[in-house]
Amino acid sequence: MTAPLPEAAAQGAGAVVSAADPAPAPAAPPAPGPPASPWRLAWHRLRRQRPAMAGLGIIAFFVLTSLLAPVFTAISGYGPADTDKKALDLYLGGLPKGALGGVGTDHWLGVEPGLGHDIFARLLYGGQISLLVAFSAALITTVIGVLLGITAGYFGGRIDSVISRFMDIMMSFPSLIFMIALLSVARNANRILLLILVMSVFGWPYIARLIRGQTLSLKHREYVEAARACGTSSARILFTEILPNLTGTIIVYVTLAIPGLIGAEAALTYLGVGVRPPTPSWGQMISDAVPYYKVDPMFFVLPSLCLFLVVLAFTLLGDALRDALDPKGSRA
Amino acid sequence: MIGFLVRRVAGILLTLVVISAITFAVFYLLPSDPAAQFCGKDCSADRILLVRQQMGLDDPVTVQFGRYLVGIFAGQTLGSGDYAVHCSFPCFGYSYQSAQPVWDLMMDRLPASASLAVGAAFLWLVMGLAAGVVSALRRGTWIDRTLMVGTIGIAAMPVYFTAMVLLYLVVGQLGLIPYPRYIAFGEHPFQWIQNLILPWITLALMSAAMYARMTRNSVIETMAEPYVRTARAKGLPERRVVAKHGLRPALTPVATMLGMDLGGLLAGALITESLFGLPGVGKLFADSLNKADQPVIMGVTLLASFFIVTSNLIVDLVYAWIDPRARLS
Amino acid sequence: MTLLEVKDLAVQFDTAEGVVRAVRGVDFTVEAGRTLGIVGESGSGKSVTSLAVMGLHRGAEVTGSVRFQGTELIGAPEETVRQLRGRRMAMVFQDALTSLHPYFTIGDQIAEAHQTHFGTGRKAALARAVEVLGDVGIPEPARRAGEYPHQFSGGMRQRAMIALALSCEPDLIIADEPTTALDVTVQAQVLELLMKIQQDRGLGIIMITHDLGVIARVADEVLVMYGGSAAEQAPAETLFSTPRHPYTRGLLDSLPRLDAADGDPLLAIPGSPPSLLAPPAGCAFHPRCGLYAAAPEAVRAACTGERPPLRLVAEDHRTACLLDSPSEGRITHQEVTA
Repeated sequence: MTAPLPEAAAQGAGAVVSAADPAPAPAAPPAPGPPASPWRLAWHRLRRQRPAMAGLGIIAFFVLTSLLAPVFTAISGYGPADTDKKALDLYLGGLPKGALGGVGTDHWLGVEPGLGHDIFARLLYGGQISLLVAFSAALITTVIGVLLGITAGYFGGRIDSVISRFMDIMMSFPSLIFMIALLSVARNANRILLLILVMSVFGWPYIARLIRGQTLSLKHREYVEAARACGTSSARILFTEILPNLTGTIIVYVTLAIPGLIGAEAALTYLGVGVRPPTPSWGQMISDAVPYYKVDPMFFVLPSLCLFLVVLAFTLLGDALRDALDPKGSRA
Repeated sequence: MIGFLVRRVAGILLTLVVISAITFAVFYLLPSDPAAQFCGKDCSADRILLVRQQMGLDDPVTVQFGRYLVGIFAGQTLGSGDYAVHCSFPCFGYSYQSAQPVWDLMMDRLPASASLAVGAAFLWLVMGLAAGVVSALRRGTWIDRTLMVGTIGIAAMPVYFTAMVLLYLVVGQLGLIPYPRYIAFGEHPFQWIQNLILPWITLALMSAAMYARMTRNSVIETMAEPYVRTARAKGLPERRVVAKHGLRPALTPVATMLGMDLGGLLAGALITESLFGLPGVGKLFADSLNKADQPVIMGVTLLASFFIVTSNLIVDLVYAWIDPRARLS
Repeated sequence: MTLLEVKDLAVQFDTAEGVVRAVRGVDFTVEAGRTLGIVGESGSGKSVTSLAVMGLHRGAEVTGSVRFQGTELIGAPEETVRQLRGRRMAMVFQDALTSLHPYFTIGDQIAEAHQTHFGTGRKAALARAVEVLGDVGIPEPARRAGEYPHQFSGGMRQRAMIALALSCEPDLIIADEPTTALDVTVQAQVLELLMKIQQDRGLGIIMITHDLGVIARVADEVLVMYGGSAAEQAPAETLFSTPRHPYTRGLLDSLPRLDAADGDPLLAIPGSPPSLLAPPAGCAFHPRCGLYAAAPEAVRAACTGERPPLRLVAEDHRTACLLDSPSEGRITHQEVTA
């Protein structure tokens, strides 16, 4: 299964046009079928990977449930901020009544000890926050990182030196610690916005470095030189010649970066510097659940499980995407 | 090589100054009242004024920064007169809440963090490298596939989850070891290990998973390189081809990664230390967050940065020593 | 003396998309002191053939017979082949920069081969490395032996690769596109070097290339490959003066000529190389063949039936074309090398 593919394994498309020849007339070559674009090939390869499809399914599930959170909570009857003291046994120190942390027809996934929040609702809305923060941070990181990366890679020289030095410095920061420091200093700003901003500030150098490296090799390709020879402006070249060739890399990077961002948000909230109550968040739930883990393990398990599944899903998908989009194929 | 060294060190110094400047800006310039923040939660107005004076906040910004920077290398005296506080070299700040220089607080906690970091690193290196190399050399077999799926799963588990599960199973249910509390290596080596084994495993699992994947990819890539084919064409025995020509270049990125990870870890693995109650720098940081003890937060931030920058330098040097091509740039 | 006898060599790979038959039945021999040129486009199977001879394929199914100095290599135990590799048959690869290990000095890399095959100590092996570096014309070989591949220029690196191949005094050298990555003047030097070495030591050489100019310069016999099988085989002079296979003729015709009139179009063989996953039935070239297009229906059937083998059409001249008719080649041997 692990063979070096001979150079011409793929069917070439189109005929080499040949002019009139005094020798016997050349025949028209038979059409080999619709030319497969690299995207279609990649998609076919991806479809065959079951773990990746499972990952995609899980992601779709969480995105949908997040978007439809209001609908679901309307059905279940409890919102994320609603407290239900009746479901708690006050003699046991505020622990949920019933087995598995209060799972039942009333509260589908149980209640939180202490205030009696409905876990189902808080998981849904917590998911919203996690996904929102992660996706937004990923978007901003990518935009900044790609822009700076292609600029540094393409223009080289002074610009590259400055940007690279900037990247080096940013990457020397202990990011988690600095994020915490920043978040702890700014006490009154919108937490979600702040989180997204802080994560983007520390995230962009990594993709920028990757993109810069790729741009460096791409800019010597013949089609770029040809475009330059035609007098195309640099900006146009960047956007029409170089950027499209980076899309694969970018997609893979984003997919693999999201688990890290979700984990970072959860960690920051767990440590108390992320989103604050009453905003629900999986990290917050885990933090609250730690003291109760012996007596009410479900409270701890459920948000951890959600975190685990989402991170797993994105990693599986990202891995498979990377294999699918890499024509040299270092896949097993 | 000398030129390379000089350039790198110069770069490091520049980076350190910039980081100090940014840290300074974050803690002295950003907040509306740094003195109040540094003083802590239950500070009377008088005390805040005192702190303000000691911090020299009424001086121009450049003077403040200069004093701050010099203070790191030469120590500084905060304030003047009866209420002056002396913070000797290196001065990473003074914690008003604990009435101690931050440096002392941090150094007190460093052994625990270092123990955690080194032990975990050893574990994850052994596990990760073994898994990665085996996976790469037996590519496509069930061993490879199981290991790779397993590593994705393990890497996806949040660290609190692993910690809790381990605590619950090993301590709670099986009673194999008592609930961990930190014993210094000097005091009792065996108990040092016994108490650190769970935190080590918690920290190491996630990294082992990542290192296994990274090693696997690296080995696969290296074994496909033309120079490995040349080694075979020379008629070298396969053992030699793999070990000398294949694995050595493959392990370079791992060495790089290890250096950077260790650098980051020395400043404390925040969550792991908190979960296990280890008196490390990370726990100090987490506690300071709760107490809003700004000077400590700032001090740890600076310390962590210095560690990372230094480890990056070391990694660069090691890399240049391993790979002759890197000595040019 | 016959060094290498290859009969019916076939190589196939199992890939995710199916079975790729990279080489489908190839025969040739190599004599001591003579050079066999194997020429073909990308995907013709020429490199795969050479790697199969050396036993360097991993995960491929190699069938047929490869007899090197009387020893059958296909199916032989790995240890037997390993001992021959580097010692009696050596390979020179195309891109010396990636084919030499970046972490070890040139001297060490050459010495390693010597140590493995002769069990010499490090000092003696290094001395040998310096000696052979000098043989290939590298100035200051003692100093150079302590340097790393990236410190050499392209041409010198290729010479170093040749030195590596020579270090254990092999009888056969397989050179896989050794000059493709070099510019023309350096190319000429490297080829000169190979010829001189062959003359001095009586080596057999297999020269794999897509460049007809290289073939014209160094090859005694030529094997033209297309789509994984042999198209034509002949002594070099004969091939250039009277090519018998339409593909060979197409190749020669497509060479631009200085004496062509202005406005004369450049000739190309229409179509593209075949997919090795699903090669055309019968003769792999027929979809692009002018003879096939012009032939009557009854004759065509032969071209799409069984894959045609090489058959003798003149002295020492074999072709796989069933529609073969003698023709005057448009280019002569001397004109190609000029």
